[in-house]
Amino acid sequence: MIKAVINVSLKAGVLDSQGKAVLHALESLHFNNVKDVRVGKQIVLQLDGDDKKAALADVTKMCEDLLANTVIEDYEIELV
Amino acid sequence: MKKVTILQFPGTNCEYDTKYAFEKLGAKTEILWHKADKVPEDTDLLVIPGGFSYGDYLRSGAIAKFSPVMKAVEAYAKAGGKVLGICNGFQVLTETNLLPGALKRNENLHFLSKYHYLKVINNNNDFLKNLSVGDVVNIPIAHHDGNYFIDDAGLQELEDNDQILLRYSDANGNVENPNGSLDSIAGICNKEKNVFGLMPHPERAMEVILGSDDGVAMLQGFLKA
Repeated sequence: MIKAVINVSLKAGVLDSQGKAVLHALESLHFNNVKDVRVGKQIVLQLDGDDKKAALADVTKMCEDLLANTVIEDYEIELV
Repeated sequence: MKKVTILQFPGTNCEYDTKYAFEKLGAKTEILWHKADKVPEDTDLLVIPGGFSYGDYLRSGAIAKFSPVMKAVEAYAKAGGKVLGICNGFQVLTETNLLPGALKRNENLHFLSKYHYLKVINNNNDFLKNLSVGDVVNIPIAHHDGNYFIDDAGLQELEDNDQILLRYSDANGNVENPNGSLDSIAGICNKEKNVFGLMPHPERAMEVILGSDDGVAMLQGFLKA
């Protein structure tokens, strides 16, 4: 069994409105040392088998086809 | 008589408004469930209506892209068939890459549901040919993810090919941007000008007594030769 942890977030340069709203909320709580906030989503998959190389290729295709919209989003894959 | 085929996914909720609007304009219509594997042959216009296909899970329009009917829709569009995506339909078309760009969460994070003015930017296409460039129409918007984004090269291409159809404006046609859309873009078409997408709902602007009938001239474009 392989666990794949995928983080999807808006690309650098694409305005993250949710991140901005969270930043302002943190400021209003007096956390004045926060300079930037990006809000993304985490998708966790449990995969059959133990071939990490094949799993990475599969998960990359999943991200490209469905899990991320690469027009606006980047994704990072971690296999554990 | 023109035939308008209207797609229906789980979560679509504007299919009957769309049917009403096109029938009022004299077209015959058919609502097509997303499990269909082909577009009816007599279709003159295929509409992907508004709603929340698959509950907007993952991203608006992302799951509808894999519905069985979408392969047929892609083939229909690639063969030159006319496709109109309204609101969620626009999101489905960008997810399917039949239209460029993407729709992000509204800049102020609110769901917006109100009338908004739109300015006609290009009319050399089947959709807006009944209107003039610079015309201002009053059309309802109702969306959470209507914040259009495209990269700089993509935007340049849209401008160069007259693909920007409508921009959000005030009653005088000055830019007024409700949702943070890049360049205040409310609707676009593809380079070949047979696939159209917009966030506002022209099918909800068919009766003066309900606020506006500015949608009539827009939708009629598809029904006139």
